[in-house]
Amino acid sequence: MRAILRKELADYFTSIRVLVLFFLILFASAAGLFAAYQGIRGGGAGEFVFLKLFTTSGETLPSLIFFIGLFVPIIGIALGFDAINSERTGGTLSRILSQPVFRDSVINGKFLAGMVTLSVMMFAMLLLVSGYGLRMIGVPPTAEEIIRLFIYLFLTIIYGAFWMGLAVLFSVSFRRVAVSLLFSLALWLFFSFFILMIAPAIANAIAPTADGSTAEIIRNAELRQMLLRFSPNTLFQEATTVLLLPVMRSLGVITMSQAAYMIPNPVSLGQSLTLIWPHLTSLVSLSAVCFAISYVLFMKQEIRPT
Amino acid sequence: MSEKLAIETQDLTKRYDGVTVVDHLNLHVKENEVFGLLGPNGAGKTTTILMLLGLTEPASGTARVCGFNPTRDPLKVKRLVGYLPEKVGFYENLTPRENLRFIAELNNIGYAEANSRADEVLEMIGLTDRANQVVGKFSRGMKQRLGIADVLIKKPKVVFLDEPTAGLDPEGINQLLDLVAGLPKMGTTVILSSHQLYQVQRVCHSIGILSEGKMVIEGSIDKLGREALAGGRYRIEVETAQPGPQLIDVIRGIKGVLSVEAEGNVLTISTESDLRAEIAKAVVQSDAPLIQIRVQEFSLDDIYMKYFREG
Repeated sequence: MRAILRKELADYFTSIRVLVLFFLILFASAAGLFAAYQGIRGGGAGEFVFLKLFTTSGETLPSLIFFIGLFVPIIGIALGFDAINSERTGGTLSRILSQPVFRDSVINGKFLAGMVTLSVMMFAMLLLVSGYGLRMIGVPPTAEEIIRLFIYLFLTIIYGAFWMGLAVLFSVSFRRVAVSLLFSLALWLFFSFFILMIAPAIANAIAPTADGSTAEIIRNAELRQMLLRFSPNTLFQEATTVLLLPVMRSLGVITMSQAAYMIPNPVSLGQSLTLIWPHLTSLVSLSAVCFAISYVLFMKQEIRPT
Repeated sequence: MSEKLAIETQDLTKRYDGVTVVDHLNLHVKENEVFGLLGPNGAGKTTTILMLLGLTEPASGTARVCGFNPTRDPLKVKRLVGYLPEKVGFYENLTPRENLRFIAELNNIGYAEANSRADEVLEMIGLTDRANQVVGKFSRGMKQRLGIADVLIKKPKVVFLDEPTAGLDPEGINQLLDLVAGLPKMGTTVILSSHQLYQVQRVCHSIGILSEGKMVIEGSIDKLGREALAGGRYRIEVETAQPGPQLIDVIRGIKGVLSVEAEGNVLTISTESDLRAEIAKAVVQSDAPLIQIRVQEFSLDDIYMKYFREG
C-alpha cells in the first residue's frame, strides 16, 4: 500500500488540479483575512480576539469560515471524484490489480493520499491565516484558542473527508468520470443551498404557524432546524460557529424571554464541545459510512480490462 | 520443452447473470511453451485469463497456475504471473520509466534493481530513447510495446498476453513476435490470446480453440492440422507446365499415393507419407516441366474455420 500511497501523493502534488485548489485556499485565506481586518477594526476588542480573525466578516466580504465551509466540499470532491473510474477507463486499474497487491490497498491508498493532501491544505491555510493575523492584530492566541483552532482543523478535515468519501463512492459506482462528478456536485448543491429553501417550506407545511402562538413558532423552527441538520453542511456550520464563537451557548431555539436571562459571556471549551459532540460524531460517522460503502463496492466489483 | 504443466484447469466454469461464459474448461499448458488461445469474440478467452489470474472467481472448477490456486492464493499467483490486458493503460503524466518503476515497487522490487530492470526491458522493446518522455505523448503501438515491458519487468514465470499485437505496425508486430518467441528460452511460459491466426501460427507451439466457453480443440498446430483437414494425410501440390493424363496415371501408380486431383496446371496429391522425391522424379521423367512442388502446410486459418463451420 505504501507504493500506492506514495504514487498517489506524488500525483496530487504535481497535478494542476491540486495547484488550483491551493490557490483557491490561498485566495480564501486572503479574502477572509481582509474581511477580518475590516470587521475587527469596527468591532473592537474583547475576549477571543484571535478567533475573530476567522469569524469576523467585513463590510462586503464574508468571514473566513464561510469561505472555508464553501470550499472544503469542493476540494473534497475534486480530490475524489475520479479516484477509481479514471483508472478503470484508463486501463491502469486492471494492470495494478494484476500485480501482487491486495485490492483494498488501492482504495485505502487513494483515500489516505487524499486525506493527507486535504490535511496539508487545511493546515497550510490555518498557519497562513494565523501568521498574518498575528502580524495584523498583534494579539497572540491563548492556549484555549489554539486548542479550539486545532479542533476546527480536525473538523474541517473530517468534513472534507466526507465529501471526498462521497465522491470516491460515486467514482466506484459510476464508470464515467463526468457522471460521478455531476452526482457529487449535485449532492453538494442540494445540501448547501437547496435544502435551505426546502426545509422552511416543509416545516411550514407540517407545522404551520397559523395563529402565531409561541408554541407553534417554536415547533416550526425546531422542525426546520431538524430538517436542515440532515445536511452535513449545516452540521459543519453549526459546529464551526460554536467552536470559534465561544459565546454561542445553544444551538436550539431560544425565545426572547429566555434570551433575556442569558449571560453574554463565553462558555468553556468543554461546554462548547458538549454542544457540538453530536455534530462531530455525525460527521465522522458519515465519512466512515461513505468510505465503507465505497470500500465494499470496490472489493466486490469485477475488474474487467474493457 | 518440459512436460510439466504451468497451467492446468479442471472443469473451470464462470457464469454471468445465468449465462455460462466459460463452461467446464479443461486447459493444459506445458511449461516453457507458447500457447495460443483462440476463439471468436465472446468465446470466454479474457474471462478465462482473468480467472487464471485470480481477478475473478470461477463459479465452479479449479485452476492451478505454477502450482497455486489463483482463487485461494491470488497474491502468490500474481507474483509469478504477468498480464497484458487487451486495452493496456498507463499513467499518462508519468514517463515510461516511472510507470515501470511503480509496477516494480508494487512487486517489492528495490529501487536500484527496479531502475536497472526498467532499463533492461526498455532496451528489449526499443523505447530507451523515449524513456523520459511522458506516456501521454506515446502512440498506441508504443504503449502496447511498453505493456510488454511492463509485464516483463517482474520476470514472470507465466505471461498472459491478450491481443498484444493490436495497434502495432508490421515492423512492430515482427519485433513483438520475435520477443514472444524468445520468452520460453528465458523460462517463461506464454499464453497468447489473439485473433491474428497467422501470428499465432508463427510463434505458438500449441493452441486451444475456445467456442462459447468450451474447449473445442487443444494440441500442437501440425498435428491438429493434419488430423482436422486431411484425415492425418499429407497433401502435396505439384505445378507443371502441362500435366498430361498419363502423368496422372503414373503418379497414381506410386506406392502410397491415395488420390490425385488435377485443377488446371496444379495436381493435388494425397499421400500417406512425404513422397515429394518420388513424385518429382515421376514428373521429370514424363517430360513435363516441373515448376514447383510443395507439401501443403496447414494454416491455422483452415483449422480454425473448419472447427467453426462444424460448430
